[in-house]
Amino acid sequence: MKAVRILLKLILMALLAGHASLASAILTIEITQGVDGGLPIAIVPFDGAGKQQPPQDVAAVIEADLARSGRFTPLDKKFFVSRPSEDRQVVYKDWRIVKAEALVIGNVKPLAQGRWQVEFRLYDIYKEKQLAGYSYVVAGNHLRAVAHQISDIIYEKLTGEPGVFSTRIAYVTREGVVKRFSYKLQIADSDGHNPLNLWTSKEPILSPAWAPDGERLAYVSFEHQRRPTLYLQNVVNGARHRIAGFDGINSAPAWSPDGTKLALTLSRDGNPEIYVMRLSDSTLTRLTNHPAIDTEPSWSPDGKEIAFTSDRGGKPQIYRMRADGGKVERVTFEGEYNARASYSADGKMLTLVSGAQGRYHAALLHLHSSVLQVLTDTPLDESPSFAPNGRMILYATDRGGRGVLASVSSDGRVRQLLKLQEGDVREPAWSPFNRSTPTH
Amino acid sequence: MDKKLQLTILGIAALFLTACGGSEATKPDVEDKSVGTGTSADTGVSGRPLDARTDLLAKRRVYFAFDSSAVDEENRAIVEAHAAYLAANKNIKVVFEGHADERGTREYNLALGERRAQAVERMAKILGLTGDRIKTVSYGEEKPVAMDHSEAAWALNRRVEIIY
Repeated sequence: MKAVRILLKLILMALLAGHASLASAILTIEITQGVDGGLPIAIVPFDGAGKQQPPQDVAAVIEADLARSGRFTPLDKKFFVSRPSEDRQVVYKDWRIVKAEALVIGNVKPLAQGRWQVEFRLYDIYKEKQLAGYSYVVAGNHLRAVAHQISDIIYEKLTGEPGVFSTRIAYVTREGVVKRFSYKLQIADSDGHNPLNLWTSKEPILSPAWAPDGERLAYVSFEHQRRPTLYLQNVVNGARHRIAGFDGINSAPAWSPDGTKLALTLSRDGNPEIYVMRLSDSTLTRLTNHPAIDTEPSWSPDGKEIAFTSDRGGKPQIYRMRADGGKVERVTFEGEYNARASYSADGKMLTLVSGAQGRYHAALLHLHSSVLQVLTDTPLDESPSFAPNGRMILYATDRGGRGVLASVSSDGRVRQLLKLQEGDVREPAWSPFNRSTPTH
Repeated sequence: MDKKLQLTILGIAALFLTACGGSEATKPDVEDKSVGTGTSADTGVSGRPLDARTDLLAKRRVYFAFDSSAVDEENRAIVEAHAAYLAANKNIKVVFEGHADERGTREYNLALGERRAQAVERMAKILGLTGDRIKTVSYGEEKPVAMDHSEAAWALNRRVEIIY
């Protein structure tokens, strides 16, 4: 368990457009445990090819992305014997010398009206062939987005799995002092950049959940009559409306995979029960009917079942039922406390909070074998969720008395922390794949 | 405001003295020689010691064991004291605000906080309070009173606040 400590303190460079205000703080990522033996990859700094310096170092963003994944080991540039930026300049032998297995080259050229042309090529050094190559034309404030998209292509070509660098995360920050806290719902790029503030409140905000389209978030906010109330907000245009504000608890939103329904927890009948709301007409169907606490629903990716937390057996454990509420069965048996389950994209695993002896860890439950695999050793972990490719789990934890986000690869090998300069960050949720090309 | 509160407290004290009756009520006031209290010729300030039971009304928080909504004997006395007061003051509405400690998940704790608030509500109803005067809310683990991560802090945070 050699801890490779790379501090990627990336500068605040928030070029935001649109409805929402510029967020005050940026999440920084610290890799607390990496792996040796990632695929050695050479990333040549992209040639600027002009007097004008691009506003983003595209190659540096790609390098940070690939290093953060733990699947790649970017090679030290000082050993490079050549620095190609065009296809014709590539000499494969130069890269075998430095033991690179893959090579990334590219260039960024200024065009008229503040636009840029980005070209990149990926090579397999041993097969001596190009694996991918693309050209993009974008505005300066989309260069980071292009870099993440290139990282996704490289990741997919070399690992066979989709990358998640172009995805986003949602989270809640809390700043200020006791009794004068300020809560914010924010979204940011998967590397913490471009934070966008969606909602600010003096009252707590909880449980953001991305719609499958990646354009809407459902979440809980207490500002209406100081009661947990459910809201839906469009992250593109900021439009927000209340979807459940009954007496009692209105919380724990979970989207159906087709995006037409929300599972949620309501206690309007006196006790927390799981309901499904059809979003087209707000019709509610009650799924559970039990005097115990039933909450934290999560929809399976095929839409056929819903996992949830219930203490009907005396302690909180994970159960699942058909999406119409039928055929309830308990799925966790190990540990005193298992809660807040959410499915992996392939439906084979749940990530959840598992507690024993007063310590609460992020864990994985393999549904087929019922094996519970604890992923962390920190005592106050909360709200784990899968990256859309299933490779990483993002959760909230405590570091030195402050709320931070952490991620761990599903094999437990790579770990990182995402934290704010000041204040707490919590309630993370990873967006679905968002592969929209930056607009021209 | 202070005066009003004082009067109310005295009122409750009286209520309890009558309600409880018996030896306790007729006990002579305890002599208290501590500074600023009791009848003291030195300070010229005349205070009146209150019956111990009225202290319960000063307690606005009911505490719970981990993952439990059971109200124990000691905390039951606090709820009873407030219920008696509210029974005598029919124009006052009360909010029972449930809270949990930070351990476990936020959503489950939201439900747990509600369950605690409802446990206190149920008790208050048995003691004669009508539902239209009671509101329950839960903040789960979102509003701790003690900010550190220790057993002592958690014990303080697992609570129902009685607000009126």
